Amino acid sequence: MSEALAELRGVSRVYQKGKERVDVLHELDLDIPGGDFLAIMGPSGSGKTTLLNLLGGLDRPTNGTVTVGGAELSSMSNNQLSNWRATHVGFVFQFYNLLPVLTAQKNVELPLLLTNFNARERAERAAIALDIVGLSDRARHLPRELSGGQEQRVAIARAIVSDPTLLLCDEPTGDLDRGTADEILGLLQILNREHGKTIVMVTHDAQAAEFATRTLHVDKGQLESRAAA
Amino acid sequence: MRILNQVLAVTRLNILNLPKRIATSMVAIVGVAAVVLVFAAVLSMAKGFERTMTRAGATDTAIVIRSGSTSELASGLGNDQVLIVETAPGVLRDGGEAVVSAELYVLVDIRKKSNDSAANVPFRGVGSRAFDVRDSTALIEGRMFEPGKNELIVGRAAQSEFKGLELGAAIKFGRTEWNVVGVFAADGGVAESEIWTDVRVLQGAYRRGNSFQTVRVRLRDTGAIAGLKEALRNDPRLDVDVFSERQFYSTQAEGTSTFIRVLGYPVTILMAIGAVFGALNSMYSSVSARGKEIATLRALGFGPLPVLISTIFESTLLALAGGLLGGAIAFLAFNGLTVSTLSNASFSQVVFDFAVTGDLLLQGLVTALIIGLIGGLLPAIRAARLPVAQALREL
Ligand SMILES: Nc1ncnc2c1ncn2[C@@H]1O[C@H](COP(=O)(O)OP(=O)(O)O)[C@@H](O)[C@H]1O
Ligand SMILES: [Mg+2]
Repeated sequence: MSEALAELRGVSRVYQKGKERVDVLHELDLDIPGGDFLAIMGPSGSGKTTLLNLLGGLDRPTNGTVTVGGAELSSMSNNQLSNWRATHVGFVFQFYNLLPVLTAQKNVELPLLLTNFNARERAERAAIALDIVGLSDRARHLPRELSGGQEQRVAIARAIVSDPTLLLCDEPTGDLDRGTADEILGLLQILNREHGKTIVMVTHDAQAAEFATRTLHVDKGQLESRAAA
Repeated sequence: MRILNQVLAVTRLNILNLPKRIATSMVAIVGVAAVVLVFAAVLSMAKGFERTMTRAGATDTAIVIRSGSTSELASGLGNDQVLIVETAPGVLRDGGEAVVSAELYVLVDIRKKSNDSAANVPFRGVGSRAFDVRDSTALIEGRMFEPGKNELIVGRAAQSEFKGLELGAAIKFGRTEWNVVGVFAADGGVAESEIWTDVRVLQGAYRRGNSFQTVRVRLRDTGAIAGLKEALRNDPRLDVDVFSERQFYSTQAEGTSTFIRVLGYPVTILMAIGAVFGALNSMYSSVSARGKEIATLRALGFGPLPVLISTIFESTLLALAGGLLGGAIAFLAFNGLTVSTLSNASFSQVVFDFAVTGDLLLQGLVTALIIGLIGGLLPAIRAARLPVAQALREL
């Protein structure tokens, strides 16, 4: 575990809300080795999403460096970050964020528009991704014709379709019932174990965190591991 | 290639989403349609007016008018002056008689058929050679008025526009009653909006003694105008201006069409500014409605450029739809529509057609396009600069 996939060094993130300074993350260090399935817990407003956004190049730290797969994100331009996101990370959101006018298949194909694959290759790859999440038979359905759990599966297929090493999931089961949540978490586990995805999952559900290989807590802008209760 | 894919994909998403934003999109479309409609209406009016005013303009006919008079009504010529013009060089002679028509006209009130409102119609006293000093003007029904009688012949356009001018009808102006004995056409030209009688009868009926306003002269040929001008200008007994008929009409048309344009352009520009705000508003609400979608696409790795381009595309598409709508309405409603309007040069009714021409419609569409581009630009920039992390929170 000497070579970490992602490294945060002395990362601070301060939001300026009018005259008020909100110190969300404070000189935080984190190493995420390749193949890790890391759960990040913490109360609402503690900075979990902020941390995920920094890892995914959606946000920049006020101080410190974020390095993922050897690339230092803080030194990239916005355009470079866009291109980097297209190939290196997959996002899974609490509310799925599928495009309502596109079928499951077309939603999954979206990230492939940023690659050099032609239309046929895009369709094939999207079909494989839908197969992995067990939704081949729903390819032609619109999001509103799917259940919440199915929508999240489509979103996961979209996150893995361009084969990124890192999956960033922000409360992926926050909107699902226990049973469905466990199915989704099981799927993430499979992606981690069998497909070699490195996963960082934000959750405030302790049961969800148990699917991960380790759990860190955000507390006062820092990360700490707590002994299991 | 990839960037094109992105642009196409994002644009397609925009368009698929349009039905959800139908209300604000319609505001933009209707706004632009209104601009193009007014634009086309005003310019087609000006164009149609010019067409009518110059159609009758011949180059081998001259109009002699008192010097400095901008219109016939303001002119005045005595009988002796008319005689001098008749004998001037360059005037066509037919069996020893000069082909000229000394004329005088007054305005009479006649009610319009369309809305029963009274309008000023030119009532012209002409000489027996009136048809010979005008091109393509001829009696098409009935007969010529008889000299010395209260008889009149009416222009075809005047007859269809105004009440009581049917062949055989009697119509009263002031205390005098007149009989309609003939109808004449002038190839759609301005004379068709007039009513004619014997100039001597008109002089008597309106107590004008022996005075005229203009002398229309048939020239020996087109080149003779220079000689006529020269001779009349150098004659110390005269103080007149000489114009070819074409020159005369186009000077008059210029005033009115400029007047229409001067009124029309600012109105169009003001409306265009309004439409830009309509488009801006519609596009800003489109961008905020699409905020989540844009942020998601950006998180997936889509660049800001496709977002920018697709937003501008949407806005120009809406504007173009508005432009086509406005242009189509203008064409269907106005093209060939016959109206009469006050010609400010002669203070009389001129009957003319709106001309919604192809290049006019094209200009309208270009205007629409510009409105769309301007209205889309700022919202597009906002969309492209959307702070992704923040927008994702605001779901
Ligand atoms: N753009 C912003 N401007 C100001 N404050 C922000 C902004 N984004 C987040 N915050 C604040 O930062 C804190 C951490 O937010 P977040 O990372 O979303 O927490 P969590 O995901 O753990 O609920 C919250 O107090 C939130 O209000
Ligand atoms: Mg959060």
